[in-house]
Amino acid sequence: MGAATETFYSVIRRQGITRRSFHKFCSLTATSLGLGPLAASRIANALETKPRIPVIWMHGLECTCCSESFIRSAHPLVKDAVLSMISLDYDDTIMAAAGHQAEEILEETRAKYKGQYVLAVEGNPPLNEGGMFCIDGGKPFVEKLKLMAEDAMAIIAWGACASWGCVQAAKPNPTQATPIDKVITNKPIIKVPGCPPIAEVMTGVVTFITTFGKLPELDRQGRPKMFYSQRIHDKCYRRPHFDAGQFVEEWDDEAARKGFCLYKMGCKGPTTYNACSTVRWNGGVSFPIQSGHGCIGCSEDGFWDKGSFYDRLTTIKQFGIEHNADEVGMVAAGAVGAAVAAHAAVTAVKRLATKRDDAKQNVGQDN
Amino acid sequence: MLDRTIAPDGSLQTGASDAHGERVIGRPTVYVYEAPVRICHWVNALAIVVLMVSGYFIGTPLPSVGGEASAHFLMGYIRFTHFAAGQILAVFFLARVLWAFVGNHHSRQIFYVPVHRVQFWKEVLHEIRWYAFLEREPKMYVGHNPLAQTAMFTGFTLFVAFMIITGFALYSEGTGIDSWQHRLFGWVFAIWPNSQDVHTWHHLGMWALVTFVMVHIYAAIREDIMSRQSIISSMVSGERQFRE
Repeated sequence: MGAATETFYSVIRRQGITRRSFHKFCSLTATSLGLGPLAASRIANALETKPRIPVIWMHGLECTCCSESFIRSAHPLVKDAVLSMISLDYDDTIMAAAGHQAEEILEETRAKYKGQYVLAVEGNPPLNEGGMFCIDGGKPFVEKLKLMAEDAMAIIAWGACASWGCVQAAKPNPTQATPIDKVITNKPIIKVPGCPPIAEVMTGVVTFITTFGKLPELDRQGRPKMFYSQRIHDKCYRRPHFDAGQFVEEWDDEAARKGFCLYKMGCKGPTTYNACSTVRWNGGVSFPIQSGHGCIGCSEDGFWDKGSFYDRLTTIKQFGIEHNADEVGMVAAGAVGAAVAAHAAVTAVKRLATKRDDAKQNVGQDN
Repeated sequence: MLDRTIAPDGSLQTGASDAHGERVIGRPTVYVYEAPVRICHWVNALAIVVLMVSGYFIGTPLPSVGGEASAHFLMGYIRFTHFAAGQILAVFFLARVLWAFVGNHHSRQIFYVPVHRVQFWKEVLHEIRWYAFLEREPKMYVGHNPLAQTAMFTGFTLFVAFMIITGFALYSEGTGIDSWQHRLFGWVFAIWPNSQDVHTWHHLGMWALVTFVMVHIYAAIREDIMSRQSIISSMVSGERQFRE
């Protein structure tokens, strides 16, 4: 635990990293966070002087894809993030300790760094049946979460699970899996959605928090603006094809081979806020659309409940059979149109009948 | 000269007389729709039609065009048309709201429904009976009849306001988080965090407007013929003629 009081700089110097490399790292991080040129020296200063921030990383109902993504970060390397930048005191998936030994660390961190540690949560707590659908260390996960959240400085909600609920919260959500911000309401929470989030986004968020000791600027939904303020669509390299009106119509057509826009194939890029089209995946190699498949909108709220991944429009289930807005609308318009036509017909018949009556009466009077 | 006395409930008191107090034989005419109301009506009508067509083609794009992307801007033009018509609709809708404050009694009619008045609902019922062929004679109104007023309030005022709000919210996704559109309308995403839901509601709103437009046009034509008062030409000249 003593390691947590060391600075990042002293740790990496001990590992044999030169001061020159350290400054390169600071510049690169400042750039990837979208900060100005002055930020590089501020990051360097912070990493040289501030003690490393202890991080507790907990796992609720989840699939560990966030961890899998995190350990593949290239800028900064996760090795640097885990071993040097932060003091990852507890992560039950990748830590060496186990059992009571591991659980003791939680208590220790909570007592020693009251109000100073960051609580990173992967997955979410199920609330149904007293939370017994996720038992962690003999207790419902929700209790562990609430306990550790009490004294945390801030909470990072990793991935779609912690941010929105994801697949375990999809309808009908039998375990009542609940996103973190609906359970913990009195702490600053940063949402880093995605299934999983991009590795560089995760380490970027960690770097920011450890460097500046506060959360980055968040948008209305609690996501870091630096990574989630634009849609996949806004920075998509296939965007020119969208604007031109060039679309893939079938998975095996000529347009698909030419790399046209996947809008008609149900790409959710226009409604999905994430950094995939700029940061990309696996060290900037590619991202779903570049691989020829539309975005499925995995960083958006309730993306499992919006119908097919291959339809632009959401399925509306309230109408018994699954339909989308346009189908429902067309039926409604058709029904109203038919009603109008029928009404007009009845009106015309009535009017004719009335006229004939009037005419008859008139004829009668004349006689 | 015509006496244009209108009772507080909007019904017409026909007491046409000339300067010498003699009864004038003719059709009583009342000035109902002032020029700004008529201009707003036709501009909005055109904008709504353009918005429906362009909006549909944004949701369901036309077949792919071939060649180089740099040679075409089809979706771009369709989207520009939609956004331009949307902004025009917003401006004229806003102008129409402002005119309700300075215009005549009739200019305010589509912005409220007097839900607290029993007489109003009785007359709504009468109108429903008239449309269900249960009444032989329709009542005459200078402005909108109570049923029409209710339909205009929900079908036009509420629906169009909904479309403008969700429309600008969706537009703000492109203009960015620091744009005035996002500052003014970004709260929509607090109600529906996933923009896909806002898209769905915007689509449903379009179809709701389609049904409103159909009923609106049908009722206008029908009343023009059946109620013995001018409806369609009133929106051009502003004057309502009553025929016997």
